[in-house]
Amino acid sequence: MTAPLGTLTELREALDAGGVSSAELVEQALARGEAQQRRLGALVGTRAEAAREAAAAADARRARGELRSPLDGIPVALKDNISQAGAEVSCGSRILAGYVAPFDATVVERLDAAGAVVVARTNLDEFAMGSSTEHSAHGPTRNPWDPERSPGGSSGGSAAAVAAGIVPLALGSDTGGSIRQPAAFTGITGLKPTYGRVSRYGLVAYASSLDQIGPLAHGAADCAALLDAIAGPDPRDSTSLPTPAPPTLPELTGDVSGLVIGLPREYFVEEGVDPEVLAAVREAVAECERAGAKVREVSLPHARYAIATYYLIATAEASSNLSRFDGVRYGHRAECDGLTELYERTRSEGFGAEVKRRILLGTFVLSAGYYDAYYRKAQQARTLLRADFDAAFAGCDVIATPTAPETAFRIGEKSSDPLRMYLSDVYTVSANLAGLPGVSLPCGFAGGLPVGLQLLGRTLDEATPLRLADAYQRRTEHHRRRPPEAT
Amino acid sequence: MSKASCNQDWEAVIGLEVHNQLATDSKLFCGCSVAYGSEPNHHTCPVCLALPGSLPVLNRRAVENAIRAALATHCTVNERSVFARKNYFYPDLPKGYQISQFEEPLATGGWVEIPTDGESGEGEARRIRLTRIHMEEDAGKSIHDAADVTRVDLNRTGVPLIEIVSEPDLRSPEEAGAYLRALREILRYVEVSDADLEKGQFRCDANVSVRRRGESELGTRTELKNLNSFRFVEDAVRAEIERQIEVIEEGGEIRQATLRYDPDRGRIHVMRLKEDAHDYRYFPDPDLIPLAIEAEAVRAARESLPELPEDKRARFQSEYGLSAYDAGQLTASRGLADFFEAAARAHGAPKSVANWVQRDVLAALKEREVELEATAITPEALSMLVKMVDDGRVTARNARPLVAVLVETGGDPEALVQERGLEAVSDTGLLESVADEVIAANPKAVDGFRGGDPKVLNFLMGQVMKKTQGKADPGQVRELLARKLGG
Amino acid sequence: MSRIGPGEVERIAKLARLRLEPAEAAAMAADLDAVLDYVEQLAELDTREVAPTSHVTALATPLREDRVAASLAPEVAVANAPAAEGSAFEVPPVLEGVEE
Repeated sequence: MTAPLGTLTELREALDAGGVSSAELVEQALARGEAQQRRLGALVGTRAEAAREAAAAADARRARGELRSPLDGIPVALKDNISQAGAEVSCGSRILAGYVAPFDATVVERLDAAGAVVVARTNLDEFAMGSSTEHSAHGPTRNPWDPERSPGGSSGGSAAAVAAGIVPLALGSDTGGSIRQPAAFTGITGLKPTYGRVSRYGLVAYASSLDQIGPLAHGAADCAALLDAIAGPDPRDSTSLPTPAPPTLPELTGDVSGLVIGLPREYFVEEGVDPEVLAAVREAVAECERAGAKVREVSLPHARYAIATYYLIATAEASSNLSRFDGVRYGHRAECDGLTELYERTRSEGFGAEVKRRILLGTFVLSAGYYDAYYRKAQQARTLLRADFDAAFAGCDVIATPTAPETAFRIGEKSSDPLRMYLSDVYTVSANLAGLPGVSLPCGFAGGLPVGLQLLGRTLDEATPLRLADAYQRRTEHHRRRPPEAT
Repeated sequence: MSKASCNQDWEAVIGLEVHNQLATDSKLFCGCSVAYGSEPNHHTCPVCLALPGSLPVLNRRAVENAIRAALATHCTVNERSVFARKNYFYPDLPKGYQISQFEEPLATGGWVEIPTDGESGEGEARRIRLTRIHMEEDAGKSIHDAADVTRVDLNRTGVPLIEIVSEPDLRSPEEAGAYLRALREILRYVEVSDADLEKGQFRCDANVSVRRRGESELGTRTELKNLNSFRFVEDAVRAEIERQIEVIEEGGEIRQATLRYDPDRGRIHVMRLKEDAHDYRYFPDPDLIPLAIEAEAVRAARESLPELPEDKRARFQSEYGLSAYDAGQLTASRGLADFFEAAARAHGAPKSVANWVQRDVLAALKEREVELEATAITPEALSMLVKMVDDGRVTARNARPLVAVLVETGGDPEALVQERGLEAVSDTGLLESVADEVIAANPKAVDGFRGGDPKVLNFLMGQVMKKTQGKADPGQVRELLARKLGG
Repeated sequence: MSRIGPGEVERIAKLARLRLEPAEAAAMAADLDAVLDYVEQLAELDTREVAPTSHVTALATPLREDRVAASLAPEVAVANAPAAEGSAFEVPPVLEGVEE
């Protein structure tokens, strides 16, 4: 019962063939999750009872021939910063201890409507602030390829759960690379949609102008199927785009002839990147060329300012977003005498060091006398960066870069040096600043660890990078490799 | 007038910030009811409780009402306005920030007219300039009714407000009061707010400074918070002006501070000094895209506005030949103005109707402490009663108490006059015999009259009126007596 | 050059309602200093003519009709509260009218 689950495509075929039931898949996912928990720490909780009920209902629909979607009866996992009625939503933080959400995120409603079965909630860096999934009140999550290493973050739990075969699909959130970098570190595929493509209603905010929910799965086609289930306008999120979201799955034709891939010259330099990573990415681009795509150089002159810009904007928004955690209406409350104590003690006990660090930085850059020099300056740099992408996409359809400058690092390796940790987001943060969709997919291995290729698309064009990723995956085997089973 | 505000040496400079609740059914950013007076937290949801993951969506009617309020006060409605977060911690502010507008408000400029002299009112109106009008959400309520605990009720959290900020154009507590009455009248006229003071729908902060007459520099100002009745505003401002003058005259200095007025003791308390001022860290709310108001929407709103009080006042003067004072009284509320116009139209002689409305209707309302709209009197009934007086079918003296009856219970004036036997005595024969009786019974008076004392005629008239129970026409009686006495 | 010292960190911590032990404040000051030093590179950008981006979405905010929707049941609203009495949240006593 603890064998890894296959891909969405494989499971759907098995369900269609009658070889397995949704109920059995859910049991397998729960058992697999439990068996891997001590080793990986990918989950923060399971939804066994609700999942069993939902699976039984899915099996009944299947028997009646009333399937709701390609995801009907498929087990999925949710990052623990997505609200779900009746579930403890911790965001990996002590400050939300005991909080049970009374409402569903829009994506949860849409998963329900599609028939998908939420079996578990996954670990993350506290409030999605981090690139390693080490900073969680639930302890670290480990990389299935090497438990001494980080699965990346902040959606490390979702990535590890998919990579380890606990679930075929998971949702994560991506503010500066938090879906793509863990996907790269764990050898799976992840998509950050265009800002506003997927409703943020029910996603606990880290940096509201950058956050997006997106899918993690083994391959691009599975990501597309999950995206199609959750994307589209939502009247409860004012930043949700009113444009209808046409299904992307049918766009994955395998045909990429004539598609132009732009390689930003600023990102293809030897400095600050593992040469093996860069080599794997170059080889992947060459494979895309062999598939019919064209390659040309583009320029993103302001890309070097992206990390600075990102950390100023993200922390400013975070400092305000996290003010609601005050011990008054939910979550942890410290023993206290007066009101000031209530706030200060509750928040000091409840938040971890990295969250405090970012709240302090964000409070500082918004405070009187510093706003213009830091926050407004970063917003202006953001404008310049967006213009870079507009110019670049005038000459190409997809922009390719490494997802991360290195493969999975050791747990603890960077946690003592926050700036070094921030710098590892160098390739991913631009897509959030510009609101663009980005896919990360496995494109090889270095030292036995997966390497990620990032493909960025134009605003609202998730389909093109997904189509290229899928075409690549039709020609290669990297996404089919699985981490070794523990012995 | 107080000694301070008419001080020879000192001039007060006052600016007001009014928080006015916009008339809506639901809150500014969520669908919870704005109903007043419910049990704590009976109108709350994930959004106004600031549960993790909830997001705001703006109420259309609140925006429409804010635009109407801006146009009614001659403001320029900005095509683009931006919601910003005002960050501070307080138990009744669940998000840890208030959604307001800061750098780019809904509307700017504008003015409110106040009478230069409240009583005689023949002078022209004075314009008090407005700095801006912006939209924001209300906070909740902290209930301090126990010594050891504060209770928090979030029913009011998120109720839509506009903040109307005046320039420091007001020069006395009385002007401050007049401004507030005029502003409230406008907001009620254009039906954007009930502006019910009892329910906290119209609240005011006052910025006060003093300077020696003739000086152009502004003095250091203080801010009086949360003044919730017109009388408190006037009393508090008066007390603060006196306090400031006293401090300066004793060689002290005014310190910038936020103050609270204790209406029971008539005392000013310092809440906090400038040194401890908040650093609100305003920044554009990333959860809300800027509000765009198209010129066409503004034009449509302008067209749908009813006639404003100041326009109505001018028209009443030119169209009905009323004095500025009379026009001011008759336009004090939209209901009263409409009532007067309808009665005047039905009757045909506006000036005569104006007298009845101002003298008798207003007195009846004042005596009963009711609003016109809450009573039974109709313009048609008043017009009919006045007509009966004009036609000599009932005397003015007997008609006047009937106004109170109409206010109280309504009804048909014709029937009322008949029921009460108040028809005027127009039977000349009857009147002549009464007159003869009176002359015969008062030989002394008759002698006096013939001796050249005209005042005696009034006494004799009074006797006739008494005997006819006021039902005789005074003019007719005077003529009759004069003739009989051979005058 | 130090851009932010422990004193400044304490001021910021107070604004953010965080209480830092002295050692924690010193460590935070060092971390923040390194980050602020890094972001100083933005100063070299000429942004005099550049409008700030607060939202990547070039649209206007959507409006919702003014219709009352169901609220949470009051017992649900306070279900997660660390302290509540009846349907009201409870906090330590606040001096009336004084914002802390």
